[in-house]
Amino acid sequence: MLDILLFGALPYVAMVLFLVVSVRRYRYEPFSFSSLSSQFLETRRLFWGSVPFHVGILAVFFGHLTGFLFPRELVLWNRVPVRLLVFEVTGLAFALLVLFGLSGLLWRRLTTSRLRVNTSPADLLVHAMLFFQVLTGLDIALRLRWGSTWFAEALAPYLRSIFLFQPDVARMAEMPLSVKLHVVGAFFFFAAFSYTRLVHILVAPVPYLWRPLQVAIWNRARPQNPAA
Amino acid sequence: MDVRAQVSMVFHLDKCIGCHTCSIACKNVWTDRKGAEYMWWNNVETKPGTGYPSAWEDQEKYKGGWQRVEGGVQLRAVGKVRGAMTVFHNPNLPTIDDYYEPFTYRYQDLFDAPEGADQPTARPISMVTGEPMDIEAGPNWDDDLGGSPMYAANDPNLEQVSAAEREALFEVQRLTFFYLPRICNHCLNPACVAACPSGALYKRGEDGIVLLNQERCRAWRFCVTACPYKKTYFNWSTGKSEKCILCYPRLETGQAPACFHSCVGRIRYLGMILYDADRIQSALAADPDKLVDAQRGLLLDPNDPEVIAGARRNGIPDDVIASAQRSPVYRWVVEWGLALPLHAEHRTLPMLFYVPPLLPVMAKVGDTGYDTSIDDFLGTVDSYRLPIQYMASLFGAGNEGVVRYALRKQLAVRTYRRAVTAGDVDMAKADSLLAAADSNRQQADAIYHLTSIAPFDERFVIPPMHREQAIEMMEDPLTAKGFEGFGFRQRPERGA
Repeated sequence: MLDILLFGALPYVAMVLFLVVSVRRYRYEPFSFSSLSSQFLETRRLFWGSVPFHVGILAVFFGHLTGFLFPRELVLWNRVPVRLLVFEVTGLAFALLVLFGLSGLLWRRLTTSRLRVNTSPADLLVHAMLFFQVLTGLDIALRLRWGSTWFAEALAPYLRSIFLFQPDVARMAEMPLSVKLHVVGAFFFFAAFSYTRLVHILVAPVPYLWRPLQVAIWNRARPQNPAA
Repeated sequence: MDVRAQVSMVFHLDKCIGCHTCSIACKNVWTDRKGAEYMWWNNVETKPGTGYPSAWEDQEKYKGGWQRVEGGVQLRAVGKVRGAMTVFHNPNLPTIDDYYEPFTYRYQDLFDAPEGADQPTARPISMVTGEPMDIEAGPNWDDDLGGSPMYAANDPNLEQVSAAEREALFEVQRLTFFYLPRICNHCLNPACVAACPSGALYKRGEDGIVLLNQERCRAWRFCVTACPYKKTYFNWSTGKSEKCILCYPRLETGQAPACFHSCVGRIRYLGMILYDADRIQSALAADPDKLVDAQRGLLLDPNDPEVIAGARRNGIPDDVIASAQRSPVYRWVVEWGLALPLHAEHRTLPMLFYVPPLLPVMAKVGDTGYDTSIDDFLGTVDSYRLPIQYMASLFGAGNEGVVRYALRKQLAVRTYRRAVTAGDVDMAKADSLLAAADSNRQQADAIYHLTSIAPFDERFVIPPMHREQAIEMMEDPLTAKGFEGFGFRQRPERGA
């Protein structure tokens, strides 16, 4: 029963919350969309937290995405032991980078008085969720080794089944505890995502790369300038 | 010719008495809020001095503005590629300590303290943490400290001054200073707008006011780094950047901005100017000593029929053109050549111009008064107490010529008025001085009038801002029909 709740229902609750709340928030509370940077209050220690954390988490995120989108290709890549080792060690290194950065960020936030007064419960929730994910992820990587290979067969089908709206709960129920924790943690992460500062990921300023530098906004469409 | 309109400003530094009334007016209206306590959209600095934020002119540290590169200009530290590389930690972002930690006092302790042998005190507390603190800086911490070895001596502009001059500048009998009020320059090539990856910053097409849409700001904070004047600020509480809005809600209702309106010395002028957007690219790439002239060359004569036709073609309303024709700014900047942009070398094309100060600069090196009988009277601007190189570093992008021109003309006008009112200067001598300073009696009368006795509506020629159209930027009036007002309807609070 608990398995059905956690692996059959929770993913959809998370999905709906993630989509509905972020769209609603973007539409009706645009002012609340911000990365809430704290660099203005403390900059030196932020460097040693923010940079490793963001670099690591981006790499880990795209690693997970690769496993989900291209499981077959990943298995083929991993057939040569050296390549498997390279992939796993790289992933582990980035995860440790995340752990290092995240610890630094939390330590900084808790020990800097200017930041403590500027920390919301949601900020602490974000830290807690990320720690939980990194620690369970590291546990999987170290104790249930070679996940980049068995993931393709054992987990990718379950994830796909969620998106096909036929959740394969039975497959998930057989998984070791730390895998279950990591997956459930991820669902909670997505459910809480839109209520936190994490929404800044959704508005990452990618279009800036091809936008003209200067921006002028006219109240009304300008009349056509024949000279221009 | 691509004619556009811009609300532009002139500050006459000779008239600034450093009273900070402008700063207080702005603070009371706009930045008396949590997270904005440290912000002074308008501030007044003592020069020589390090200013606010501390040593803001030191671009080795802050890396603001544009620099010339092959085929154009490039943001100094941020922009598309370098912005992407420093988005997780911006090494050139000033922190709150570069400004100052805002503080208040525990006044209640004066009333609540238990009876004792000592007088109760109101301890200073931080407005960030609420904890007791030692006050070590403020927004005008070096006020009037024109000779201070801690502040004035660290003025980045003094790098342009020779070592001997520098030493002489700090001799007690030569000490001098003047005030520099600063607001956002509402630049034609704003670095903050170009650096904002969210597209939250923009230049308003109709009047050129640079605004920041807080609903699109995501706290990437590159605007703070990019502005060489450090006039975009980061609100640490809401996680949004903020800046001077030139009191556009006041302008749209025909009132002068709060800092302008409250100016005790009446140093401020405001009016519409017309400029040629087609020439911006070439003005940006000008050589350093041509920068000021290139920038002034962008401004168009509002009485030129060709310009008027071009303005109409671009949809600039006739009443705005008429307002531009009465603009005091065009006269100060172009006709008279008296007003100069601040730090034009950052190539943002600032639209706030300064009339360089004569009086504190002038007061003679010797111990006598002003001797107009000497042959090269106008030439004495070069022996003023503040070296001309220093003034040129501020107002001429290093070009001493434009500063010398403005000072000489002011000196000639002053002497001419002396001849008119006191009569102790020979009128013929005054005429020859005016001619030598590229002026004449008619122009001198106009300069005198606008400097000294111009009433409110000659100093502030506020163009019709067409609020009925401007409001459309924030709200479609038709969909908001029957509503009770415009603007924020949610409290601007920090998001989760």
